[in-house]
Amino acid sequence: MATVFGYFNYWVVVVLMMTGFYVVISANNLVKKLVGLNVFQTSVFILYISMGKIFGGTAPILVEQPVVYTNPIPHVLILTAIVVGIATTSLGLALVVRINEAYGTIEEDEIHSLSEEESL
Amino acid sequence: MDHLPALQVVLPLFCAPLCAVLGRANLAWMLALAASWLTFLISALLLHEVLQQGVISYAMGNWPAPLGIEYRIDSVNAYMLLIVSAIGAIVLTAARPIVDTRIRLPENKKPWFYAAYMLCLTGLLGMTITGDAFNVFVFLEISSLSSYVLISTGRDRRALTAAYQYLIMGTIGATFILIGIGLLYVMTGTLNMADLALRIPQVSNTRTLHVAFAFLTVGVGLKLALFPLHLWLPNAYAYGPSVVTAFLSATATKVAIYILLRMFFTLFGAEFSFKTMRLDLILLPLALIGIFSASLVAIFQTNVKRMLAYSSVAQIGYIILGISLASLTGLTAGIAHLFNHALIKATLFLALGCVSFRVGAAKLERMAGLGRTMPWTMAAFVIGGLSLIGVPLTSGFISKWYLVVGALERGWWPVAMLVLLTSLLAVIYIWRVVEVAYFKPPPENEVIREAPLALLIPTWALALANLYFGLETSLNAGVARQAAATLLGVTP
Repeated sequence: MATVFGYFNYWVVVVLMMTGFYVVISANNLVKKLVGLNVFQTSVFILYISMGKIFGGTAPILVEQPVVYTNPIPHVLILTAIVVGIATTSLGLALVVRINEAYGTIEEDEIHSLSEEESL
Repeated sequence: MDHLPALQVVLPLFCAPLCAVLGRANLAWMLALAASWLTFLISALLLHEVLQQGVISYAMGNWPAPLGIEYRIDSVNAYMLLIVSAIGAIVLTAARPIVDTRIRLPENKKPWFYAAYMLCLTGLLGMTITGDAFNVFVFLEISSLSSYVLISTGRDRRALTAAYQYLIMGTIGATFILIGIGLLYVMTGTLNMADLALRIPQVSNTRTLHVAFAFLTVGVGLKLALFPLHLWLPNAYAYGPSVVTAFLSATATKVAIYILLRMFFTLFGAEFSFKTMRLDLILLPLALIGIFSASLVAIFQTNVKRMLAYSSVAQIGYIILGISLASLTGLTAGIAHLFNHALIKATLFLALGCVSFRVGAAKLERMAGLGRTMPWTMAAFVIGGLSLIGVPLTSGFISKWYLVVGALERGWWPVAMLVLLTSLLAVIYIWRVVEVAYFKPPPENEVIREAPLALLIPTWALALANLYFGLETSLNAGVARQAAATLLGVTP
């Protein structure tokens, strides 16, 4: 039981990661793929945030006597990664808009068959 | 002079928004051009300084390492910085005619192309120069996001789907790298690479570290298009504009390979990577299959740009093959081929840029008779092609030579045979282009003129560099050997 609940966050990370990854691979719709990619990235955010946390740790403020504190660096790092994730998602969505204008569809198999005709 | 390492990255970074707000494509081009040649100058000075005095360590914002971000330059990344900035500057010099005519952007958005180009250069230089693992991820994403934008500006609508596909694969790769860095941080409590290198051996028997190693290898493998992970590359290179393809094929995958080298040799150490994890057993077959299958597929392409894209996958295979030998000669071959392949592919793709500037898409049948109508362009293409094959007196020969010697040193003569055999496959696909261009009559009803000088001069500068570095090998082979020695921690 300890392995299930003691590492609860990490189990969530694994489940989310695999769900997102599966959606990226299997989805046919380009927007759904991006949603999957987002879930995949979010799982990594949780991984980083969980590993910085210590039970009973306080905020990292300089005080007289030494105390147990939560490491803020992973949290700060993940802020950067969240920004990167937003940039990726918005760029991906912008590309989907352009693809929709160019092909009239955002279903991968239809785009694929349209592209195949072009290369013949 | 003390702040050269910071300027190397900051200069193109500041230039990017300036390009965007300038509003006129010509002005933006001139600004970007000035900045990129200045970055080239800086990287040349840095390489000179490193070769004279050894490692340069620069504390960003005066915060000392390991808490602050350290820029750490040794002979390996000084050499990489020189490659990236040189190709960036030369390709940008040729960019204007192609951006003016062959890019799907409205006139008022063209300055943004140069802004994206500068950001991409910033990201690549930053990844190379930094000594901080998380910084690598941030710069990787800067360069990746801007390269998706650059690729999507191609005229063909398939450029959009290629950019989208690259975005998905690239983000998965980058996220894998992020996971790897996170796991390393959990185990060591540091992000500084020099610090990581000291602390990793203490925890090298833990499963977490093995998992981190696997995630990093696969993530970087995706970015550098290692054989089964190369699927994004052919479309992205085939449908992106020629200047973008020339720039990315010569720099982006190379910088990813540099990250791989840093990781295997500096962070984890050759002992762990090749003795404990037996990486050579994975990389060597992948490299050989990659070389063989990509070269074969290249032979059957009708789009010449796509053909060269597959050839890039094969050439990356040669570099990985050199690395997987994990010996001084093998590593020298890999690092020298980084340099030589950058020259070769930039020459070939720029020559194709000249071709598509005059005849439209770089289809094989459209190239009939170009040997007569565009003699200078095709001559540059042939020089690049010869160098790709590895004919003596060209730079491509140098790296193939070291590769064969390295394989023979290990007693792997079948590998050496395969290197020679696959070079023959390169002869076949380059010959197909030469045959069409020189032995078929040009179409009668249209007049094709030679490409403008603005394109021809940079293309020829690169073609001549191919010949020059085939004879004068102190830079590509000499510094490569020193870099290999630095990575392996031995004297050259």
